Amino acid sequence: MTDKKIRVLVAKPGLDGHDRGAKVVARALRDAGMEVIYTGLRQTPEMIAEAALQEDVDVVGLSILSGAHMALAPRILELLKKNGQDQVKVFIGGIIPDEDMPRLKEMGITGIYGPGASTDEIIRDVREAVQP
Amino acid sequence: MSLTQSLLEGNRLALARLLTQVENDAPGGRESLMELFPHTGRAHLIGVTGAPGTGKSSLVNQLALAYRRNADKKVAIVAVDPSSPFTGGAVLGDRVRMRDLSGDEGVFIRSMATRGSLGGIAQKTASVVQVFDAAGYEIIIIETVGAGQSEVDVARLAHTTIVVEAPGMGDEIQAIKAGILEIADVLVINKADRPGVENTERALRSTLELAHPTKRVFRHHGKTMELSTPDTAPNLWIPSIVKTVATEGKGMDELIEAIAKHAAHLHQSGDRLARDRARLESELEALLQTALIDRFMETIPQQNYEEILRNVVNRNISPYEAVKLLVNGNPK
Repeated sequence: MTDKKIRVLVAKPGLDGHDRGAKVVARALRDAGMEVIYTGLRQTPEMIAEAALQEDVDVVGLSILSGAHMALAPRILELLKKNGQDQVKVFIGGIIPDEDMPRLKEMGITGIYGPGASTDEIIRDVREAVQP
Repeated sequence: MSLTQSLLEGNRLALARLLTQVENDAPGGRESLMELFPHTGRAHLIGVTGAPGTGKSSLVNQLALAYRRNADKKVAIVAVDPSSPFTGGAVLGDRVRMRDLSGDEGVFIRSMATRGSLGGIAQKTASVVQVFDAAGYEIIIIETVGAGQSEVDVARLAHTTIVVEAPGMGDEIQAIKAGILEIADVLVINKADRPGVENTERALRSTLELAHPTKRVFRHHGKTMELSTPDTAPNLWIPSIVKTVATEGKGMDELIEAIAKHAAHLHQSGDRLARDRARLESELEALLQTALIDRFMETIPQQNYEEILRNVVNRNISPYEAVKLLVNGNPK
């Protein structure tokens, strides 16, 4: 019998030190029955891609409040691809200006969530994104 | 190329994927385990266990760093954290303390949830370790969930079991209870820069002496007397005690030395073979049980089984009688 669980990496790239949101999301995904690998603060894109590879996750959730998302997100997507993990879905939560959203989506970011987004919405989107 | 072949050639993505298949007990996973089995048996397996908050993850981080620095050995870490008993979800947070290991291709960290298993590791941890072993990782560190007093499964899996204690975690009575201290091959007193470390060390030492008596010499009425000890087997291993401050990397060389000593002891005494045999035997038995039960259940009409179960639920017959009925065949 197979026992497939959705595995999610929750990571905080960049230099801001506010990880409350990342923890709330990690906890919500846990309560939704997923296995959440939490890596903590101040991760480089290389560290995140490496952890995603070792943990063979289905989803990477990034928490970015520093405004550096236009630099960090493409780099992480690129590294995931380089490692052969094209199938991994990437979500971003944080402070993302409206005008950046279309470009991030174009790059291949699956979902973007700002302040006030409901965890139910995130859980639903993650589940949908990893449906085979 | 199959995943197994890619793994044997050192492909890290293939390794990660196979670990998932094995953890999920997917059909491909079992086949791969069969193919990989001849390549296993080379790694030294180190179990790290102890109460929550004693610093297991930090210790594993530093230990892996030290192995990379001193011995240039490939290190795999299997870090186990608990699954929620209600939702089956888990937050696996051991990587937070292992960021120093990032960027080193000779280290591979895999987080695992217990998925309902209560012994401190997951049911599939042994299989995951086999995959790492076949992939050529020479040192495999298995970090258990924060363990209380009876999560001792890791001792059956590991060659060397490290039990991590910290000052202020309990008195002498805690130390003489059966369970987790008994499985220690190496005892680590972490956070050794904290007050109370002498008391912890004294309590642990006296416990070890009770379990492994050594000759004691003392003076009584002016005469030197020797208290003889019961004969102990010459190849008995007496756990060593190592003091560490994991957050600063202190005591790691001593810890590696203690592990190496224990590994040498296992070889000399033949214990390694004995442990290997015991472990494989229990694995064989478990698989055999599952297979036999599956085969047996196929022979019993579902209706028959349901009826007997109903009789048990209604307290008409006991479970013992039910088994008798099922096994001895009560054809209807």
